Amino acid sequence: MLDFVQQLVSGVALGCVYGLIALGFVLVYKATEVVNFAQGDLMMLGGFFAFTFIGMMGLNYWVGFAGAVAAMALFGMLAERVVVRPILGYPQFSIIMATIGLGYFLRSIAGMIWGTDDLKIETPFSQGVLRIGSLVLAYDKLSVIAATMILCTLLYLFFNKTTLGTAMRASSENMLAAYYMGIPVKRVVSVVWAISAAVATCAGVLLAPITFIHSNVGLVLGLKAFPAAVLGGFGSIPGAVVGGVLIGVIESMAGFYLAEGWKDVAPYVVLLAVLLLKPEGLFGLHVRKKV
Amino acid sequence: MRFLFKTDYEDDIRLFPHSGYVVSYGILLALLLIAPYVLSSYLMSQLVFVCIYATVGVGLMILTGFTGQASLGHAAFLAIGAYTAAYLQKYNVPFPVYFVAAGVLTGCIGALVGFPALRLQGIYLVIATISFAFIVEEILARWESVTNGNEGMRVKTLSLLGVTVPRDSPTFYFLCLAVLVLTIVGTLNLLRSPTGRAFVAIRDSETAARSMGINVALYKVKSFAISAAITGFAGVLFAHKLSFISPEMFTLQLSIEFIIVILIGGIFSLHGAVLGAIFIVMIDPFLTYLKDDMPGIIAGIAATFWAGPATAAEIQSKVAAFASLNGLKGAIYGIIIVLFVLFEPLGLYGRWLKIKLFFQLFPLYKRATFKRQKIYVKSERNR
Repeated sequence: MLDFVQQLVSGVALGCVYGLIALGFVLVYKATEVVNFAQGDLMMLGGFFAFTFIGMMGLNYWVGFAGAVAAMALFGMLAERVVVRPILGYPQFSIIMATIGLGYFLRSIAGMIWGTDDLKIETPFSQGVLRIGSLVLAYDKLSVIAATMILCTLLYLFFNKTTLGTAMRASSENMLAAYYMGIPVKRVVSVVWAISAAVATCAGVLLAPITFIHSNVGLVLGLKAFPAAVLGGFGSIPGAVVGGVLIGVIESMAGFYLAEGWKDVAPYVVLLAVLLLKPEGLFGLHVRKKV
Repeated sequence: MRFLFKTDYEDDIRLFPHSGYVVSYGILLALLLIAPYVLSSYLMSQLVFVCIYATVGVGLMILTGFTGQASLGHAAFLAIGAYTAAYLQKYNVPFPVYFVAAGVLTGCIGALVGFPALRLQGIYLVIATISFAFIVEEILARWESVTNGNEGMRVKTLSLLGVTVPRDSPTFYFLCLAVLVLTIVGTLNLLRSPTGRAFVAIRDSETAARSMGINVALYKVKSFAISAAITGFAGVLFAHKLSFISPEMFTLQLSIEFIIVILIGGIFSLHGAVLGAIFIVMIDPFLTYLKDDMPGIIAGIAATFWAGPATAAEIQSKVAAFASLNGLKGAIYGIIIVLFVLFEPLGLYGRWLKIKLFFQLFPLYKRATFKRQKIYVKSERNR
C-alpha cells in the first residue's frame, strides 16, 4: 500500500510536468490550430536559460526563474514571428514540419552552446522531504504539483475571464471572422506563443531537480506530453493536466508493477486505446461535421 | 515550348506525355546503368541508399502526398520488413520468397494500422503513428527469441538464384534500382487507376469523395497497406545493405527523415520522392566535404582579397573549429526544413517546375503563378 502511494505521488509529480508541456501544446493549439512539435525543446531551452541565470551567474533562484521565464516569453514571440507567422493559414502539415525543424534547430544549438553534459540546478526544494507517517514525499515533487495547480488556475481564469483570453478563443474558432471583428489576430498569436513558452520554461525549471537538463530532454518529454494532450482532448486546458497526470501515473505504475519495457510503452498503448474508443479525448469537444 | 493537345482520355493518362520524356528518362536510365563502372565504390554505396530511401519515399508519398494521411511511423514498417527478411533468412528461405513475404506481412500490418487511423484526422493520426512506431521499436527490443533484442541481428549476404550478391557489388545496386523503377512505374499506374484517383479525391476533400460514392474507409486502409508494403520491400534491401540491424536504427529520427524526403523533394510528385532521397543521402557527405575543405577555401578567398596570410590562417582555424562543432548537422537540418516550408513548399521538384516554366514562357513569366493561397481554415477540429 505504501509503495502504491509512493508510486502514485511520484507518478503525479512526473505527470504534472507532462501536463505542463501538454498545456503549452494546448494553448497554442487552442488559439491557432497549430501543433507545436518544438514545445519540448522550448522547455529544454527554458531549463538551460534558468541554468545560465542561476547556476552560472549565481542569481537568486526566484530571480533567475523569473528571468528565464521572461527571456523565453520573448523567445517564443520571436519564434512565432520568424517561423510560424508566415505560414499561418496554410495546411497543418506545413506547420507541423516547420515546428519539427525548429525543434531540431533548438536542440542542436543548445547542444553547441551548453555542451552535452547533464546539468543540474540547485533549488530551494532540493533537499527537504515531507514525512507523513512512514510516507516520504520529496519537496521538489510536491513543488511541481503545486506549481502546476497554480498555473492551471491562472490560465483557466485568463482564458475564460479576460478579454484577451476571449480574443484567443475567438481567433481559434475562425481566424478570418476574428479579423473581421477587429481582433488583432497576429498580435494575439504572438502573445499565445509567449505564454506557451513561459509555461514550458516553468516545466523545465521545475523539472530540473528531478531529471537533469540536457539537450535531448525536450524531445523525450515532449513525446510523452503528446499522449497527455491527446488523452485529455487537444484543446482543453483541464484535459491537458488530467491527461498528463494520468500518463505520469500509468508510466510509474507500469514501471513498478509490470515487466521491464512496459514503462516506456504503456503511455502509447493507452493512447492508442483511447484514440480507438474516444478519438476526441476525455475532455475534447465533440463537434458535428459540417460540409 | 511544346503544346500538348489532349483530345481524349488516353492522352490524359499516358505514362509519357510526349517523346521528350522517353528520351530524357531513357538517357537517365542509361546513365544509371553504367554508373557502377564509372563511379567510385563510395558513391555507389550512396546511390544504393538513394534507391532505398527513394523507394520508401514513393511509399510514403502514396500515403501522405496522395491520400493526405500524414504518418510519422514509417521507420516501423521499414523495421518490420528488415526483420522479416533477417528472420526468414535464418531458415534458408530463398530471397524471392522472403522478399515477397516481407512486403506482404508489412502490408497486412499497415492495413491493421489503417483501421484505427480511419477515425483519426491530421494531428491525431500523426500521434497515433508515432505511438505505433514506439510500440514496434519496443517489441523489437524485447522479443528476443525472434529479434535477438538489443544485440541486433546479422543479415547474411544476399543470394539470388544460387548466386551470392555482396552488398557493395553492382548486381546489388541493379537490384535496388530495379525495385525502385518497378515501384515508381507501379505507383504511376496505380495513380492512373480508379484507386489512385480515389486517393487523390480523399486527399482533396473527404466529404466530396464520399458524396461521389467513394468508400473512404476502404481506400484509406488500402493506401496504408500499399504504402507499408512498399516500405517493407525497401526494408529487405535496407537490411541487406547494412548487413546488421538492431532496434535503435529504426527510431523516430528515421521516420522524420522519410518525411523530410517527401517534404524537401516535393510533396505531390513522385519526382519529389527521388529528389528528396538524393538530398537526404547526399547531405552527410556534403557536410563532411564542407568540414574538410570549406576552411581552406574561405581562407583562400580571404587571402586573395583583403587579408594577409596570418589573418587568413586565423580565419581558417576559426572556420574549421566552427565546422567541426557537434550539433552543426542537426542545426543545418532544422534550418533547411524551416526554409523549405517557408519559401518552397513544393520542394525541389517545385523549384524545377518553376525554372522550367520560366524558360518556357520567357518574357511572360509571372511570379504569382505558383503563389500559395492562404485558406484561413475554419478550424480543422470541426471537420
